Amino acid sequence: MLPNLSHIEIMRYSRHLLIPEVGLEGQRKLKAAAVLVIGTGGLGSPVAMYLAAAGVGSIGLVDYDVVDFSNLQRQVIHGTSGIGALKVESARQRMLDINPGIQVDCYNEPFTSENAMRIARDYDILIDGTDNFPTRYLSNDVCVFLGKPNVYGSIYRFDGQVSVFDAQRGPCYRCLFPEPPPPGLVPSCAEGGVLGVLPGTIGTLQATEALKLILGIGDPLIGRLMLYNALDMSFEFVKLRKNPNCKVCGPEPEITELIDYEAFCGVPGHDHEEGSVGGNWDISATELAERINKGNPIRLVDVREPHEQDISHIDGAELFPLGLLAGRLSELDSAEEMVVFCKAGTRSARALDLLVGAGFRKVKNLKGGINAWAREVDPSQPIY
Amino acid sequence: MPTLRIPTPLRPYTSGQSEVAVQGSNVAQAMNDLIVRYPDLKPHLYNGEGSLRPFVNLFLGEDNIKDLQGIETPLEVEDRLLLIPSVAGGC
Repeated sequence: MLPNLSHIEIMRYSRHLLIPEVGLEGQRKLKAAAVLVIGTGGLGSPVAMYLAAAGVGSIGLVDYDVVDFSNLQRQVIHGTSGIGALKVESARQRMLDINPGIQVDCYNEPFTSENAMRIARDYDILIDGTDNFPTRYLSNDVCVFLGKPNVYGSIYRFDGQVSVFDAQRGPCYRCLFPEPPPPGLVPSCAEGGVLGVLPGTIGTLQATEALKLILGIGDPLIGRLMLYNALDMSFEFVKLRKNPNCKVCGPEPEITELIDYEAFCGVPGHDHEEGSVGGNWDISATELAERINKGNPIRLVDVREPHEQDISHIDGAELFPLGLLAGRLSELDSAEEMVVFCKAGTRSARALDLLVGAGFRKVKNLKGGINAWAREVDPSQPIY
Repeated sequence: MPTLRIPTPLRPYTSGQSEVAVQGSNVAQAMNDLIVRYPDLKPHLYNGEGSLRPFVNLFLGEDNIKDLQGIETPLEVEDRLLLIPSVAGGC
């Protein structure tokens, strides 16, 4: 039994009610629907705002981050006044301002194997707006086990991908990507950047697919992957087929319950300190400055991209972009003391792995990257 | 010659080119030609044993080559291959 609409709601949704494919019944379906949005960042921002505006009756938000200044270039659900606030709360306030007639439930916690089934169980559709591989595989598997559609979107610089993975009607995420790439091979938005409007384009497409699924109209992106490139302004589609050997949705699945997704993807867990390697492999910006000031000869290896040197730099550092480092090892001397750094310590941690694997031992990772250097040592450098 | 579309994350290894011409009468030959021309791409596409990494998807037109004849899929001169990587970003 679908819920009725009040006169106020009929006025609010009149532009929907005028579309025959939506109409009164469709709007009542939207009011009865429950959608879980995983991540309230770039993709989650337009998704959550448009679903709220469209009158989706119950929307859940999962995120454990706080609003940061560097989010505001693209995460349009958050504002400058919300810096430091919990993202789920900041998003909830904005959504209820758009539409006070809906229910927004906040899950201020990482989406993990421990809580995912409990959180997702009461929702009809999951929307994957996360920024990491472990949560993407987790969201997929949760949807397969619970028989729910997973509206997938991902972004990088100028490229976006959108699909609807619904194992009951087509392939799942693992059918296309059985395994994640090795850590470090595919850069994240935080490392590689993203055009601010890109998550708007991709997120609104995800919201569109979610509304179509709720309304039962049109041709959803099940069994199709859409590829968008903003520079070419190209939209391309490829066909996706169910993989008969899929480990989670195939006829003889190997994975029948949620697993340890951080281990599966070979990445550190949620409690890992960002920008550090651990053990004795890290050096703080303050300690590095002290050593340099004492006259210790230390070779500074900047593994960022060339254009990032225009933003900030450390005097005397040499540029060895991470992607080219493996081919340039002969330019480095394992007998020298060396410190590798990047923006925040993630890429340099990978550079350190590569160097240690190649036999370098006198190498350390600048913990927190050049941003930590700017904070602790040289405030004339900007943080980005 | 067939062409191969390079996704943004891999363009640093093809001198920024988004589409490259490749020689070969099947996918395997075309991919070999690609990594001869752009050797820095190799570790991103192939594992240590010399086979394509499982997260690398190659499409010929709309179809995944896994649904055709895999790397033995024949290529015509005007064919266009799409390289589709895993992308995690959403933030």
